[in-house]
Amino acid sequence: MFTPDNKDKILTGMIWSAAVLTMGFLIWILFYIVSNGIAYVDWSFITDDYTRTGDEEGIWPMIMATLYMVLLSISIAAPIGIMTAIYLTEYAKPGSKLVKLIRFCTEALAGIPSIVYGLFGMTFFVVALGLGFSILSGALTLAILILPVIIRTTEEAIISVPLSYREASYGLGASRLYTIWRVILPAAMPGIVTSLILSIGRIVGESAPVFLTAGMVARIPDSVFDSGRTLTVHLYMLTTELYTQHDWNMAFATATVLVLLVLAINLITKFITNKFSKATY
Amino acid sequence: MSEVNVLVQKDSAQEELKSSRRRDFIEHAFHALFLLSAFIGVASVITIGFFLVKESLSAPLYTGADLARYLVEEEGQSIFGYGWLPDGVVGTIQMLTNSTWAPPAMYGLAPMIAGSLAATGLAVLMGVPVGVLTAIFLAEIAPQRVVNVMRPAIELLAGIPSVVYGFFGLVVIVPLIETVFDVPSGASILAGSVVLSIMILPTVIAVSETSLRAVPPQYREGSLALGASKIYTIFNVLIPAARSGILTGVILGMARAVGETMAIIMVMGNTPAMPQGVLDSAITLTANIALEMSYATGVHASALYASGVVLLVFVMLLNGSLMYLNREKAK
Repeated sequence: MFTPDNKDKILTGMIWSAAVLTMGFLIWILFYIVSNGIAYVDWSFITDDYTRTGDEEGIWPMIMATLYMVLLSISIAAPIGIMTAIYLTEYAKPGSKLVKLIRFCTEALAGIPSIVYGLFGMTFFVVALGLGFSILSGALTLAILILPVIIRTTEEAIISVPLSYREASYGLGASRLYTIWRVILPAAMPGIVTSLILSIGRIVGESAPVFLTAGMVARIPDSVFDSGRTLTVHLYMLTTELYTQHDWNMAFATATVLVLLVLAINLITKFITNKFSKATY
Repeated sequence: MSEVNVLVQKDSAQEELKSSRRRDFIEHAFHALFLLSAFIGVASVITIGFFLVKESLSAPLYTGADLARYLVEEEGQSIFGYGWLPDGVVGTIQMLTNSTWAPPAMYGLAPMIAGSLAATGLAVLMGVPVGVLTAIFLAEIAPQRVVNVMRPAIELLAGIPSVVYGFFGLVVIVPLIETVFDVPSGASILAGSVVLSIMILPTVIAVSETSLRAVPPQYREGSLALGASKIYTIFNVLIPAARSGILTGVILGMARAVGETMAIIMVMGNTPAMPQGVLDSAITLTANIALEMSYATGVHASALYASGVVLLVFVMLLNGSLMYLNREKAK
């Protein structure tokens, strides 16, 4: 039975079925959620308010909260992450103790489970700094969470800028700062933008650290000190109260919006990387 | 005339010096700013570590003191029965081994540890074979056109939010388990690990595929030239050569599984008791933190921080094994 020939066939069959299984799961998840939810995603679902009484069951407050969260986290984390990457690639002596320490900490940050960030954010930002359950607390927590992603991808983008660019710039008498600002950053921009979009995807998808720091009030936040409920947290809240068919429909619709959002973010990332990877240096 | 010239030259030289000093200052200021940003990551790690340890201390101290008092007062034992160990140590051992979680009296973490380990272990058992075989398919068998479709699809799988996975598990996997195994509730370790096994696929596939592609082509050519079949080459030459990379993918997948929270909350039933089988409901360390943190105070909150520390220890062990693995490779 187990002649080498047979064995090859069995193993080939297993490889193919694993690949089919992987793709099958993806298609199953996407199709199941979108096909059950798309019928309930209409203009009023997206733009309506959300009230506990059930008069209005739109997701507009959640969309706004998610948007605020994305904008604020990115505007905190992006400058820090990009400047760290510049320091590591352009200023620091490679292999020095300082660089090792910074790299070790960046990797440690990347390894910490997101729930631990939630725990920390709740103690530090919400309680110790007195920011309360607010968009600001959530955004500060998420900013630390996405920092490693931004640092690593920006570093890669800066490293891939050819050395001759720097040499030419220095050769023309430009200073180090001028070279970074006018030569290196523009050349690395597609990579940096990709890293920011990846981080946006991460922020949109994160839930546990968000509800521990930003709370879950389903209202459009008045300011960054106001609590807000993001789309993922909203989906979670909906699944805790699934009683009628209508509740299910609303949950499916919210999940559909999330899936489509993630799909869009992925497509934009792909578009940018494809467009700029063709550019030759 | 020449005096004027000298004066003008002196003036412009001073101007130049001034502007170059200003430029130097800006250069230095930005250097300092970049360095400062680089230290924010370091500061975050230190602050997170500090707060986590500080907040988690009172739970084992309380548990240890409580146990010592109980032994002395109720059981009539001398304080030296357990008392020679500091309260914190006794409490830590007690928390890790006690299987009763009943705030505000008992803070046993054993059920959560068991739940986390069982769900992660099962997810690895199911997800890793599928992931590694898919990676082989992508690296060795699939035509380029198929790869061009599959790779972005797998990236999409990585980007789907965990609540969406949880929701899918809730509406599909949980009822499926109820029907297949004929149990009253499908919210179980099995449901959790099925969801986790799908969630770790992208990590396992991406890292394994990269390491399979990194095997020098001579290995493959050599094996094929000796008359070995393609499949024989894959399983006897390529996989052993890419072993450490594949293991890295498995460990990273485990780290993702052990830290996962929301998907698990939605499908595992969250019963804080020792699970008796894979069809039992269970709670993980992460789920327990997420569910109880919003209202916990005092020792209860501290016990949740302690579960966060246990979680971090797991992740550190995984990362440590990763470093050990890569050190071997470097040799």
